[in-house]
Amino acid sequence: MAHFKLPRWFHQLGSPKWFYQFAGLLQPWLALISLVLLFWGIMWGLLYAPADYQQGNSFRIIYVHVPTAILSQSIFMMLAVAGAIGLIWKIKMAFIVARACVPIGASMTVIALLTGAIWGKPTWGTFWQWDARLTSTLVLLFLYLGILALYQAISDRQIAARATAILSLVGLVNLPVIKYSVDWWHTIHQPATFTLTQKPNMPAEMYLPLIVMVSGIYALFVLLLLLRTRNEILAQEGRSGWLTKLLQEGHA
Amino acid sequence: MHLKRKRKLQQLLLLTVGSGLIIGLILYALSENINLFFSPSEIASRKAYPVQRIKVGGMVREGSLERANDSLQVSFMITDYQHDLVVYYDGILPDLFREGQGIVAQGQLQADGAFVADQVLAKHDENYMPPEVSDAIEQASAAANATTEQTDL
Repeated sequence: MAHFKLPRWFHQLGSPKWFYQFAGLLQPWLALISLVLLFWGIMWGLLYAPADYQQGNSFRIIYVHVPTAILSQSIFMMLAVAGAIGLIWKIKMAFIVARACVPIGASMTVIALLTGAIWGKPTWGTFWQWDARLTSTLVLLFLYLGILALYQAISDRQIAARATAILSLVGLVNLPVIKYSVDWWHTIHQPATFTLTQKPNMPAEMYLPLIVMVSGIYALFVLLLLLRTRNEILAQEGRSGWLTKLLQEGHA
Repeated sequence: MHLKRKRKLQQLLLLTVGSGLIIGLILYALSENINLFFSPSEIASRKAYPVQRIKVGGMVREGSLERANDSLQVSFMITDYQHDLVVYYDGILPDLFREGQGIVAQGQLQADGAFVADQVLAKHDENYMPPEVSDAIEQASAAANATTEQTDL
């Protein structure tokens, strides 16, 4: 078979020292970008976007619900991919990143479920129904919590990282179930408004603020991920030479 | 790629695809139980029986809503455009309940084929638009209907 070689930056990302310093450089920019985008998006969505012809102003919770729901699924994808990279190439940094993903993903799922319930009450007339979309999203939350519990249950860091990587790969099957639940079964949740192949069922004055919110929350996720990853590096590499040197120079 | 890594990659692919296959088959086997509600066609083909407490769902047929004068009693027809089902309900309908929109009702199927609901939930579709746009669409379609009526004469 063809000889497959990974690019140089991939190996650099795998070095805790390099990652720690690079992430430190990115952090202030990400903080600025996410703050500006989230403030801009939420103001635009809540104050200036038009109300919906059926749901009135209650539809505006979409500007929190949809970005967090999208993120709850992308973070799980990232968690599983990072875990697989860690298992195949035995890269420590991949496991550290996967570990940092879990609490952020769990929080996003909680926000998506809560905003969905708050949205459901005035529109559907109920906070919760055991329909396929809602239940599979709840399963996603339980997967995140299960992964967290598994980390806590195994004291050996390496074994814990491998076990949770395998659990996250098995849990990956839930993602298509969440996505297609509204097409495969009768649900109370409506089908997707946005698809890759068709024009959105929403005018630009409504979806542009949503795009700003989604980009803002992605930026916030990367920021939180870098913060958590750096913390984890500090915890694991506390006694290594490069870190002591950095601290003495006052760059850490 | 290193042989060891290649083998690991194959193992993980097998794990992911295998667990996907297992879950997929379970979901396929359970599919009728995962549905939140029965459609009027499924009721017509006797997939549910009068004693069961079930949910039904469909579009409220235009012009089928009747309200009692002295109580909250309402009746309406839901449809999946193949079969219809008459629903009786005594209570306050959700704000988004409208003719031509989807609903989900929980209750019991009667021996005469009607459905008595104790809870009615509104569904909303995936379309969003500002009120002015929907007004403009309505006016345009009303105007179009008026011109077709004129040409019919």
